[in-house]
Amino acid sequence: MATARDVIESYRDTEKIKLYERAIKRAVESLGREVRIMEFCGGHTHAIMKYGIDQLLEGYVRFIHGPGCPVCVLPTGRVDMAIELARNPEVILCTYGDVLRVPGSQRKSLLNVRAEGGDVRMLYSCLDALRIAEENPSKQVIFFAIGFETTTPQTAVLLMKAKERGLKNLTVVSNHVITPAAIQHILNAPEIREIGKVRIDAFIGPGHVSVIIGSKPYEYFAEEFLKPVVISGFEPLDIMQSVYMIVRQLREKRAQVEVQYTRFVSREGNVKAQKLVAEVFELRKEFEWRGLGVVPYSSLKIKKDYAQYDAERRFLVSLPPPKEHPACICPKVIRGVAVPTECKLFGTVCTPSNPIGSCMVSSEGACAAYYKYRHGGH
Amino acid sequence: MCLSIPSKVVEIREDNTAVVEVFGVRRVVSLELMQEEVHVGDWLLIHVGFAINKLSEEEALQSLELFEEILKEEEELWQQPEM
Repeated sequence: MATARDVIESYRDTEKIKLYERAIKRAVESLGREVRIMEFCGGHTHAIMKYGIDQLLEGYVRFIHGPGCPVCVLPTGRVDMAIELARNPEVILCTYGDVLRVPGSQRKSLLNVRAEGGDVRMLYSCLDALRIAEENPSKQVIFFAIGFETTTPQTAVLLMKAKERGLKNLTVVSNHVITPAAIQHILNAPEIREIGKVRIDAFIGPGHVSVIIGSKPYEYFAEEFLKPVVISGFEPLDIMQSVYMIVRQLREKRAQVEVQYTRFVSREGNVKAQKLVAEVFELRKEFEWRGLGVVPYSSLKIKKDYAQYDAERRFLVSLPPPKEHPACICPKVIRGVAVPTECKLFGTVCTPSNPIGSCMVSSEGACAAYYKYRHGGH
Repeated sequence: MCLSIPSKVVEIREDNTAVVEVFGVRRVVSLELMQEEVHVGDWLLIHVGFAINKLSEEEALQSLELFEEILKEEEELWQQPEM
């Protein structure tokens, strides 16, 4: 019997990838024009670059990189807030790894704060914050939470456990954002609607976000905007299959939600996780995304029942307006209207070891992926 | 954050956690978000310290077979005019 490992290996089968390459190219030829697909998720951007799928399908399929990289869309103002909180000697600031390197307004990051003596800790699991709070009763432990729907349920579990244990020194800053709201915003953006500058024919839907939310929330886009959405896995054959499914829909003039990543994604998603999120979080009226600007109902805040665990309520931080590096084109890259190599800073001033913009920080950022796989960085 | 690789369960613990192994590295993960029961030998998708779903081997194999069928159909579609 095949093991799960064999299953994963079979999604890297070169022969099958070649068959898909031919099938995709034929189908695109019959359409008579290049197909433009936005992959929403940064994990897909990374995989497309890593396996050279963009080069394999050059001239047939153009990949437009979407905003699905949690670190990339974190606005500078929120980074400034994390830095300000971490500078407080009473505070232990905890967050996920990539956040530490994102530059704020003064080109300083949480890593700089740590070098200056601030207590900044990188967590693998947010539940580690419980132990840190219990071990440091005289300190305020703040978990700076970021991420799309894939990381929100974990923060919900953290908040519920903090409440259960009656912890008085643990709070959370919620920067959790919502995928469907961002896709809708992109589809409504003037660049796409009016000028036709960024024509998008279809979407590769995020794989792991969809493990949580299911494929159902995308049905609206397929119907309302007549764009096919195919939810994909992250292996090269997964992406080739997904592109083929998209091209087939376009050829047959269909616009539906299809799941390629059936080994993990269902229509309903992880209902248990959804319920936990609903217990703890509610929609914010608006939230600023780096690159996309203010997007209505696109992020989650902590409900009143959990107010005592909400760092934004407990620690009022007022800061001057954030400053962006004038030459950084991250916002354009995030919207999909520019590619990283169009940036003057790319690969010279801005590199993964010295990132100026957030898209160069995380391996899921488009700039970091271009640098690693298209800039002799192998 | 998104490039999770399925990890194999080697031990279930009493506090709703499991020990998983991926590429020889063992880690403790929370099972709080799992909808179904987890057993030793299962493959889990892990995200920031939590299992978020179990790999459906049957589904994975089925979808591979299904795609081979689709490819075959596609080939036939393109071969017909030449016949």
